[in-house]
Amino acid sequence: MHNWYKSGAPWVWMTAGAVALSLVMVYAVVWMTAAQGLVHWWPKPVAETTFTERDGKQTRLIGEVRKREEVSVIRLRESGYTLDTQDKFTHRYLIKQGNRDITGIDFKWYPGPLLGEFAYPRELIAVERREWGHLYGHLKAVKENGTVIAADEAAWPALQERLTRSNQLFKEIHRIEKVDIGKVNYAMERLRLKERKLALQNKLSAADSTEFAQQRDKLAGEFTALQERIEALRVDIARDSIVAEVMEGQQVDVPLANVADAIMPNDMNVLQKTGHYLAKFVEFIFDDPREANTEGGIFPAIFGTVLMVLLMAVMVTPLGIMAAIYMREYAKPGPIIRIIRISVNNLAGVPSIVYGVFGLGFFVYFLGHNIDQLFFPEAAPAPVFGSPGILWASLTLALLTLPVVIVATEEGLSRVPRSIREGSLALGATKAETLWRTVLPIASPAMMTGLILAVARAAGEVAPLMLVGVVKLAPSLPLDGNFPFLHLERKFMHLGFHIYDVGFQSPNVEAARPLVYATALLLVIIIIVLNLFAIRLRNRLRERMKGLEGV
Amino acid sequence: MNATPEKTHAMNIGNLGRVQMEDTSDVAIRVQDLNLYYGDARALTNVNMSIPRNRVTAFIGPSGCGKSTLLRCFNRMNDLVDICRVDGKILLDEKNIYDKDVNVALLRRRVGMVFQKPNPFPKSIYENVAYGLRIMGVNDRRQLDEAIEKSLRGAALWDEVKDRLQESGMSLSGGQQQRLVIARAIALEPEVLLLDEPASALDPISTAKIEELVTEMKDKYTIIIVTHNMQQAARVSDYTAFMYIGELIEFGRTNDLFLKPTVKQTEDYITGRFG
Repeated sequence: MHNWYKSGAPWVWMTAGAVALSLVMVYAVVWMTAAQGLVHWWPKPVAETTFTERDGKQTRLIGEVRKREEVSVIRLRESGYTLDTQDKFTHRYLIKQGNRDITGIDFKWYPGPLLGEFAYPRELIAVERREWGHLYGHLKAVKENGTVIAADEAAWPALQERLTRSNQLFKEIHRIEKVDIGKVNYAMERLRLKERKLALQNKLSAADSTEFAQQRDKLAGEFTALQERIEALRVDIARDSIVAEVMEGQQVDVPLANVADAIMPNDMNVLQKTGHYLAKFVEFIFDDPREANTEGGIFPAIFGTVLMVLLMAVMVTPLGIMAAIYMREYAKPGPIIRIIRISVNNLAGVPSIVYGVFGLGFFVYFLGHNIDQLFFPEAAPAPVFGSPGILWASLTLALLTLPVVIVATEEGLSRVPRSIREGSLALGATKAETLWRTVLPIASPAMMTGLILAVARAAGEVAPLMLVGVVKLAPSLPLDGNFPFLHLERKFMHLGFHIYDVGFQSPNVEAARPLVYATALLLVIIIIVLNLFAIRLRNRLRERMKGLEGV
Repeated sequence: MNATPEKTHAMNIGNLGRVQMEDTSDVAIRVQDLNLYYGDARALTNVNMSIPRNRVTAFIGPSGCGKSTLLRCFNRMNDLVDICRVDGKILLDEKNIYDKDVNVALLRRRVGMVFQKPNPFPKSIYENVAYGLRIMGVNDRRQLDEAIEKSLRGAALWDEVKDRLQESGMSLSGGQQQRLVIARAIALEPEVLLLDEPASALDPISTAKIEELVTEMKDKYTIIIVTHNMQQAARVSDYTAFMYIGELIEFGRTNDLFLKPTVKQTEDYITGRFG
C-alpha cells in the first residue's frame, strides 16, 4: 500500500478521475437536453379510452399518454375518487387531452384503475391549431361556406387538399401583415418624424406641408389597398371549416384558418413520422413563436442572440485589444498600471446583474436619453435610444466581457519574444510598425482566445439583458428590409431569456417543458458553433506562428 | 585590472594611431569617449576606437565585458533599455548618431544587425526578407522579387530556398534561419553589419558557412562581429578589439593582436590564462 502510494499512481488516478468526471458531466448536459427536447415533435399515438368520473358516469377520453407514475391509493381517495382496490399503490397517467376550448386544460392526471382499455383507432386526428392548442378527435365532415361537402371517409382527403390551400393563404396574409404593412407603417412613421423635425426647427413651409400631406395620402392609399387585400384573403380563408367529434361527443367546428396542421398519428408509418418530425423541427427553427411562446418557432430568439453576440464582439474586440496594447506596450510599468490591471481583473468577477443595472442607468437612461434629446427631438415623448434595445444590450455585454479580452490580449503580447521585437526594430521599423507588422500578428491567436471566452460568456448571459433590451416577444427583428436595415434601438428576443420565459412564465407548463429543453439545446449548439468558428480561426492563425517559442 | 583608466586610454590612442596610419582615413565608425551606464553602474568606460571601412572587426573578451553592449551602441539598440544612458560620441560618416536630430529608424537601416539566436519572423521566407523594404514603402512586386533574390544570394541561401519562398521562415534549420536573418538585414543595403555572436547557437557546419559568408560580405559592408570564440575571430576578422570589464584594452590588426599583443591582459586572455 505504501509503495503504491509512493509510486504516484493515486495521483494519476485522481487527476484522471477529475477529467472523466468533467467529461461525463458535459455529455450528461448535452444528452439530457437533447433527449428531453428532441422528442417533442415526434408524433405520439393518440389513445382513446373511457374514464369513470367521481359521480360514476363513464365518459370517453381521447389524448396522448405522456407519463405514468406510481401514486398512493390513499391520496387518490382523499381527492375524491372511488377506487375498488386493496393495494396501497396504483398508477396514474398524465394525458394530454388538448381541446383547451372545451376542457379548459391541456394536461390532466387520471388514476389508472378508473380508465378503461386503451385503444388506438386509426382514424383519430390530431389537429394543431393556431389558437386553443391541439385538438384530438374524430373527423366528421369538411364544410365549405357552411355546407358539408365531404363527410366521414371522404373528409380526410378533402381536408388535406383544403389545408394546403388555407395554409398558403395564411402565409400570404402573414407576409402582407408583417412585411408590406410593416413597410408602410415604417414609412409613415418616418414621414411623421421628418415633418415634426422641420416643424420643430420652424422650417416647415406651406409647400412642405402639402408635399407631406400628399405623401401621407399616397401611403394611406397603399395601406388601404393592402388592408382590402387582406380582408379579401380573410374571406377566402374563412371559406372552409371542419367538424370534429371530440372527447365526450361534442361536435366542434374549426375554421381552417385556425388549423396549422392535421395528422392521423395512429395511421402514420415511421417514414411519415420522420417527415412530420423534420418539418416541425424546421418550423421550430425558422418560424415565429405562437401562443405565448409555447408553440411555433423560436427564430426571432435565435436571430436576436446571434446578432447581439456579433455586435458585442464587434464592440469589445477593438476596445479590449487597444486597452491591452496601451497597458502592455506603451504605459510605463508602475503602481498606476498595476492598480489598473488589478481593477480590470476584478471587473471580471462582478456579478452580471450589476452590469445590467449599470447598463440601464448609464446607457439607457443617461446616454440614450441624451441622444434622444440631441438627435431625435421630433420623436418625443416616445424614446428612441432612451429605452432598452439591442445596442445597449450588446454594449453592456461588451463591458462585461471587456476584462476577458484585455487579460487574454495582454497575455499574448507578453509572450511575444523579445528577440522578434528587436529583430524588427533593428531593421529600421519604428515601435508602431513593429507592433502592427509583427507583434500583433503574433499575439492574434491570444486575442482570438479572448474573443472566444467573451463570446461564450456573452451568449450565455441572461440576467443583465432583461434590464437592457430583451423582451418576451419582439414585434420585429432588429435587422430587416427597411432602411437603415439595422435598427439598433429595437428590443429583441434572446434564447436564454426565452428559456426562462417559456419555462417559468408560461401558462402551460407541461406543454412548454420540451420546448425549454429544445431551446436550451439550441442555445448550447449556437454557442458551440460560434466557438468552433472562432477556434478554427485561431488555429489558422496559430498554424502561421508555428515554431515560435511560447506562442 | 591593474591599469588605471588614464593609462588604458593612452594605450588605446596608441593602437588607434597605428590603425589609422596603415589604413589612411577610411574609417566607417569612430567612437569617441564613450561611456555607458545602466542606472548608476558604468558598463562601458572611455571607449575610443576607429572601425575601418569594408573590413571585419571582431570584438573579443570574457562574458560580461561589454562587447555586446558596445555593439548595440552602433545601432542604438540600447535605447530600448529604459535605464541605459550613453555619454560620448559615435560618428558614422562623421555624424554623431547620438545627436538629437538623428532618426533612429533610418540609422538602423544603415546599420544592420544580426542577433545571437536566429529570430526570423513567423512569416514566409519571402516576407521575412521583404520586411525592411516594405517598411521603407517598397511594395512593387518586381522590385521586391529582385531585391529578395539578390539578398538571399548574398546570404548564400538562394539555392536552398528558391523553390519554397512562400514557406514559413520558421521551417528552416538553425543555420539557414541565421542566413535568412542576414539576408533580411542586407536587403536594406546597410553600410555596417553588426553580428552579435551569430554562430554561437549553431552546429559546426553551419558555423563554417556563416564564417565563409562573413568573409565574402566584407567587400560590400563594414562588419563588426562579437564572438566568444577566439579561433573564429582569428579566422574571419581583419581587426580585433579585446575588451575587459567595460574597457577597450587593445585594438589592432588581428595578426598583430594575436601574435604579439602589447598588453599583458590581452596576452593572458588569448593564451587562455583567464576568461
